[in-house]
Amino acid sequence: MEILVSQLFTGVSVGSILLLAAIGLALTFGQMGVINMAHGEFIMAGGYTVFVVQSWFSNAGVGLLVSIPVAFLVGGLLGVILEMTLLRRMYHRPLDTLLVTWGVSLALQQLAKDIFGTQGKTVRTPSWLSGPLDVFGFNFPKTRVFVLVLAAVTVIGMSVALKTTPLGRRIRATVQNRQLAECSGISSRATDRLTFFLGSGLAGIAGVALTQLFPVNSSVGQSYIISAFLVVVVGGIGQIKGAVIAALVLGVGQAAIEQLTNASLARILIFLAIVIFLQVRPQGIFNVRTRSLA
Amino acid sequence: MKTLLDSKQFGRFGALVPFVLVGLALFVLAPAVLSDFRLNLLARYLCFAIVAVGIGLAWGSGGMLTLGQGVFFGLGAYAMGLHMKLDDAGPGRSPDFMPPATDYLPGWMEMFRSSVVTLISIVAIPALIALLLGLATFKRKVRGAYFAILSQALAAAFATLIIVLGDYTNGTNGLNKFESFFGYDVRDPVNQKMLFFIAGGLLLVMVAIYRQLRNSRYGELLMACRGSEERVRFLGYDPANVKTVAYVIAAAMAGIGGALFVPIVGIITPADVGIAPSIAMLIGVAIGGRTTLWGPVLGAVGVAWAQSTLSEEFPASWTYIQGAMFILVIAFLPGGLAGIGSAVRGARGWIEDRRPRPAAPVAPVAPVVASKQEEGSVV
Repeated sequence: MEILVSQLFTGVSVGSILLLAAIGLALTFGQMGVINMAHGEFIMAGGYTVFVVQSWFSNAGVGLLVSIPVAFLVGGLLGVILEMTLLRRMYHRPLDTLLVTWGVSLALQQLAKDIFGTQGKTVRTPSWLSGPLDVFGFNFPKTRVFVLVLAAVTVIGMSVALKTTPLGRRIRATVQNRQLAECSGISSRATDRLTFFLGSGLAGIAGVALTQLFPVNSSVGQSYIISAFLVVVVGGIGQIKGAVIAALVLGVGQAAIEQLTNASLARILIFLAIVIFLQVRPQGIFNVRTRSLA
Repeated sequence: MKTLLDSKQFGRFGALVPFVLVGLALFVLAPAVLSDFRLNLLARYLCFAIVAVGIGLAWGSGGMLTLGQGVFFGLGAYAMGLHMKLDDAGPGRSPDFMPPATDYLPGWMEMFRSSVVTLISIVAIPALIALLLGLATFKRKVRGAYFAILSQALAAAFATLIIVLGDYTNGTNGLNKFESFFGYDVRDPVNQKMLFFIAGGLLLVMVAIYRQLRNSRYGELLMACRGSEERVRFLGYDPANVKTVAYVIAAAMAGIGGALFVPIVGIITPADVGIAPSIAMLIGVAIGGRTTLWGPVLGAVGVAWAQSTLSEEFPASWTYIQGAMFILVIAFLPGGLAGIGSAVRGARGWIEDRRPRPAAPVAPVAPVVASKQEEGSVV
């Protein structure tokens, strides 16, 4: 029972990092059809942001909290720069965006290697996050609780913003029917740029969460990007609830299979499970209804 | 526009002209001017060129962005590698990377002792995996970006599978230290020259197969699927079958390229088959011109040459160069170098559109003349 609960909790915390990474992808992929392989490097940038910001403060806790909005801005700005320089030319060629952003991702990884070196950087854990949290007799590591809370707050904030604010309404309208949204006076260009900012900013926050579990190095984005895309494929594009379910299922599933066999075999079994799942629901768990032929 | 490779001026055998030129370059010119070392490097580039022909078929003609060709390359390579290791060990004995006392090898591994089974499985195993994945995705209309992501996840899963099977595949160290290739010593320069000729010959055969496919009714259907799958469906064809066939052939070609890679280069590791090498196989195709017949071959050889030349001298900057190639070629020159002419024409037209000028009377015959010229310039 002890082991089961702790494994489940590990799965949920890994799933919540996946979720933060995947929501940004689900938004940009759903709205613009852009497949951003450099998204993983935005996660990496968020991780390095914590490392840099913490070096400004003597108190590790303050550094960590300040780095959350800074990482959001860093990720978001990187995303907007990418969108304005390259991707806006390529909205009619979605598959090609994958290869272009792959090139960007290669360059960013090498840049990180040149700046921070190949060694993984470990950030300082504040005193209020060290040690376990005791709930009903079970021990949960506080760092993982922090990751979980960070993800939950961000995702809930994001979905409330999408549901209630005028900006969220514009984003949802553009996802559902771009032409009709434009006809109603929504500037789809400005909306695209904002969506990209938000999505990439979430990747930055995912990077902050990541630093509490693992050291950050230049290839950390690569290890998350495929899983994050699989979350999008399984969850369906253009909305959040599918991504939430898919990320938690994949995170917990991975942890559960790892417990039974080993980490490498878990990846293979997860891949097979996804291919089989797509036989039943090729569009993912939820899909925004459109009138396009598909 | 008449060019040297203009097939029309040679009548019905015109299509043979590029084959003859490439054949002469590979079989006469290259052995005459290149040292044994350089010839071995060129042979290695030809392995990637064979993979590139398949990518040209699946991606260029069929519009399927397959990011997992490294899987099929690896299947072919490991089949060949296991056979060569078992051959070196001798009958009834286990390869040198296994503990010496290993008496029992599983059936699937014993299978690779046979040359015939190995040669068949180099083509058949990649084809079978591609058939299963192709049917599982295309039949359910999982396509475009979804297919690209799944093929990429397959590459990640395959690289881990090889490490999981480390007892039989030597894990991350990979298979290396080969001695013989079907009884020929791989360290002998004469035999390496023979391998170069085999690679060159197979490359020409693959391009010939691709050319026949492109010019057939099937090729028309495949390119129609790239344009609009729904219209193909409305015409009564099943795009899933059309695309699966192209994907399977591309996988078989990648398997052949991988199988040749092993005796030529002498090592195969999981790092040669993962996500990054799989995507790297695409850039040559994109640079050469993904929709053309010879573009993928020339592009793949060119990129492989640039990689081995530049990464010797500036190892760190090769990553930047590779990244820049992806960005510049895909974003600004989607037709590759083969499309540079039309890109220049497009830019010229764009400049002229911006320039104020008196309205010229449009000659009604102009489009007809233009289309005739275009027909003439198709290679």
